[in-house]
Amino acid sequence: MTGHGWITTTMIMLPLIAAVVLWVVPMPRVWVGPAALLVSLFEVGFWIEALVRYDFDRGGLQEWNHASWLSDLGVSYSVGFYQGFSVWLVGLTTIVMAASVAYGYWMGRDRPRAYYGLMLFLTGAIVGVFTAQDLLLFYIFWEAMLIPLYVLIGAWGGPGRLNATIKFVIYTMVGSLLMLAAVIVYGLQAGTFSMIDGGTNASNWIFLGFAAAFIVKAPLFPFHGWLPDAYRESPAEVSAVLSGVVSKAAAFGFLRICFSLFPSAVVDFRTVILVLAAIGLVYGSLLAFRAPDIRGVVAYSSLAQLGLIVLGLFATNNLGINGAVLQMVNHGLISAVLFMLAGAVERRTATGRFDALGGMARGRPALATVLMATGVIALAVPGSTAFAGEFAILAGVFQQGWFYAVVGAVAIVLAAMYVLRMISAVLHERKGSAVHDGALDLRPAELAILAPLVAILLFLSAWPAAISERVTTAQPPSAPASSSSATAAGDSK
Amino acid sequence: MIAAVQRPPVDWFALSPSLILLGVTGACLMIAVLAPQASRRAAAAAVTAAGFIGSFVAAVLLYDKTPVGTSVLVDTLRRDRYFALAAIILAAVGLVAVLVSYAERERGHVAEYYALLASAAAGMMFLTQANSLMMMFLGLEWFSISLYILCAIDYGKERSLEAGLKYLVIGGFGSAVLLFGSALVYGATGKLTFDGIAQAVAAADLQHDALLLTGLAMIIVGLGFKASAAPFHMWTPDVYEGAPTSVTAFMSAATKVAALLLTFRILVTAFPQEEALWTVALAVIAVCSLAVGNFAALVQKNLKRLLAYSSISNAGFMLIAVSANSSLGGRALIYYLIPYAAASIGAFAVVAARERELGRDVTIDNLAGMGWERPVLGAAMWTFMLSFAGLPPTGGFLGKFYVFSAAYDRGWLWLVILGIVATAISLYYYLNVIRALYLRPSAELQFAAGGQPPRDALLQVGTIACVVVVIGSFFAAQPLIDLATKAVASL
Repeated sequence: MTGHGWITTTMIMLPLIAAVVLWVVPMPRVWVGPAALLVSLFEVGFWIEALVRYDFDRGGLQEWNHASWLSDLGVSYSVGFYQGFSVWLVGLTTIVMAASVAYGYWMGRDRPRAYYGLMLFLTGAIVGVFTAQDLLLFYIFWEAMLIPLYVLIGAWGGPGRLNATIKFVIYTMVGSLLMLAAVIVYGLQAGTFSMIDGGTNASNWIFLGFAAAFIVKAPLFPFHGWLPDAYRESPAEVSAVLSGVVSKAAAFGFLRICFSLFPSAVVDFRTVILVLAAIGLVYGSLLAFRAPDIRGVVAYSSLAQLGLIVLGLFATNNLGINGAVLQMVNHGLISAVLFMLAGAVERRTATGRFDALGGMARGRPALATVLMATGVIALAVPGSTAFAGEFAILAGVFQQGWFYAVVGAVAIVLAAMYVLRMISAVLHERKGSAVHDGALDLRPAELAILAPLVAILLFLSAWPAAISERVTTAQPPSAPASSSSATAAGDSK
Repeated sequence: MIAAVQRPPVDWFALSPSLILLGVTGACLMIAVLAPQASRRAAAAAVTAAGFIGSFVAAVLLYDKTPVGTSVLVDTLRRDRYFALAAIILAAVGLVAVLVSYAERERGHVAEYYALLASAAAGMMFLTQANSLMMMFLGLEWFSISLYILCAIDYGKERSLEAGLKYLVIGGFGSAVLLFGSALVYGATGKLTFDGIAQAVAAADLQHDALLLTGLAMIIVGLGFKASAAPFHMWTPDVYEGAPTSVTAFMSAATKVAALLLTFRILVTAFPQEEALWTVALAVIAVCSLAVGNFAALVQKNLKRLLAYSSISNAGFMLIAVSANSSLGGRALIYYLIPYAAASIGAFAVVAARERELGRDVTIDNLAGMGWERPVLGAAMWTFMLSFAGLPPTGGFLGKFYVFSAAYDRGWLWLVILGIVATAISLYYYLNVIRALYLRPSAELQFAAGGQPPRDALLQVGTIACVVVVIGSFFAAQPLIDLATKAVASL
């Protein structure tokens, strides 16, 4: 093992080992939840240590750890933080996962050993995705995310969970397997699977293999068929992870793999992906406006926000990318909070449907405040961190064509509409039929879980440059002087 | 005056893995007659387990002491690391099979059962060691006849008898085709040994000789029957379903190991000049197996049938590795076999446990909730399904990765794509099993009629050992790949 990145390996292995310990070692049931929570808080602590150690001015790959694994094919265990954005995304992961584990503990999920083990396994896999520096390793962590999600949704989800899981798995696996083909072709052509040493590849086909996986996982229109079911049927905290963190893995994939390994293909397919993202942005916003329940609104707004993020990435300039990474963190936190609030409301009223809700602000100040604060940030009022992110994205994508910026601006108006509709349908209006007096305000424990997330959002609102100026030191891909897509496509076998 | 018969020098060490098991067969047959009824089962199982351990140790020593492969016994057998590794895998599979079988209480001829188990494994080892057409046929029939009887050993049950008969008829047909093909090859080249055939073809420029090519085609067909590759798979689902589950467990894992390793050996050493033909032929057979196995498995309700079709599809993946005809392909084949064999015997072990618990056939429906009721077996089954489906962190994932790499390395991207499509389809039914284990609503759970099942510690130990191999082969992939590389180099 070479390199000094013990902290990266620790952050991946700690939750994975803890998961196996929870599964295998017999222990009293009451210990399981606190133990898992402790591990996930340790993860946050390790991330803070990594944040302090990472030198954003230097950028590049830091905290690197390397060991040869399959030497005959050039596969290695190689992990580290590559550019500032991977530091931020790992941070988002650890914080949202800690909140989700705490939320699961508060909700008292049954079969705790299996449940917390899966949550910790998921944490390790996601951190692995964000830090892997070898394509096969990246693929392994990518797939490893799927297994716990499958069982978490399938065993602890709502009544429609069986269909939701099948859809979710089939969609994402088809994308992932195309990525596996692309990984193999890239790795055997380059003689190594390392993202650092492999160099760029001009093949459009390989790029498309990777893009398929990322487009489905994000998801982008029209590959979002799995999204509404999965987000509705999951336990609330798993929805929070899915939309807050797992979807970011897809955006991360574009940024880390496609931009650095396939710059010419990114330029070739930029327009296609920008158009898909723009359509998804508007379409998702409209569906969110029409959705009949809280989770529907948050689910479709995720589709829209991912469209916006991809729009920023494929602006392929620093402004757009910086905005997109800031927006990834924003959206991750916002949708985590909103899904957990949705879970809290559903727990009290047994429904998330707007026609049975309403008037919950009266007598429930904490719920009203948290929902209002998060909602206002989500609709990107000027001065909020989401405003900063979206502004940078729109300014960046404007350089690719004024059209995209106009679409984005329209979508921001739509965002205001659907968020305000949700807030008023839950908090205001007439008291809904499902809202009874026994439906209490947020408990202190719930506040303790949600308040830190909201506090981070407020902190970022005050200082968005904390992230947006520490994203990457690499140059975005640009069209080469004599770009010819025909020969590039011909290179692939 | 008759000259004294020249006895060839015998390399007993090279034969030791199969000879030990042959000795066990004899011992078990003696136990069947001499030991009192009450102690027969324990004695026979203990002797057989000891035999498999001894055979395993002998094979490990053989691997260690044979850096360079040589031909022994008048060039009819090989002593090389390829054989030694095959014997190691087969002995391990056999040992797990003993653990799985032990709790089978109803069986009448229990000592004979273990005798046949050891004999089948010995025949398989002999087969992977073969270096001549004659020895190949001998090994093939040796283990096949043992398996025919094993399939029908529960002769009180109609289905077991039917499975034995079906396997006998179709297996006999496959053997006949193989024998006929061998005769044609011998007729064309005048040689029986594998390397002799290759030399004769090169010397007389026989690459396009019709007799030789017909013979080669028939040999491939005959081996296809044994490996249960489509379109020679018809017997597989019926026999796997009808045979006693512990026999199916052994058969599904060990037969694949023996048949596929021999296929690779004979094609690479005896027919290198006809490479352009047989690689394509095997690729086509592989694609057929993937198609038949995966599509048919989608609609199976009976778990043993589902696993049978899954084994056909897995044969397809392994044949992709063989068809690459390269050192990478050989490595991929050997590596793939290790987690495959473990997952296969382990999955059938879980089925056997469930079957004993329920007292009837295991289907997707009555598997419901097993993951929560029997956490160890459930988690084990989950692991095996993930390995079959090729998901990390299991050896099945790296196996598929190597197989696809080998195909791509040969320039067959289309085969990689087809393999990936097949994997995507297979996910549906593998996840269906996991879904039944864990995700069914508890209202639908059907608990065993008899309440708590009898404890079966040995079966659990065997299953856990399989889980360790399936997951361990992922993390310790490099050492295994090194072993496989040396094995292929010794061919």
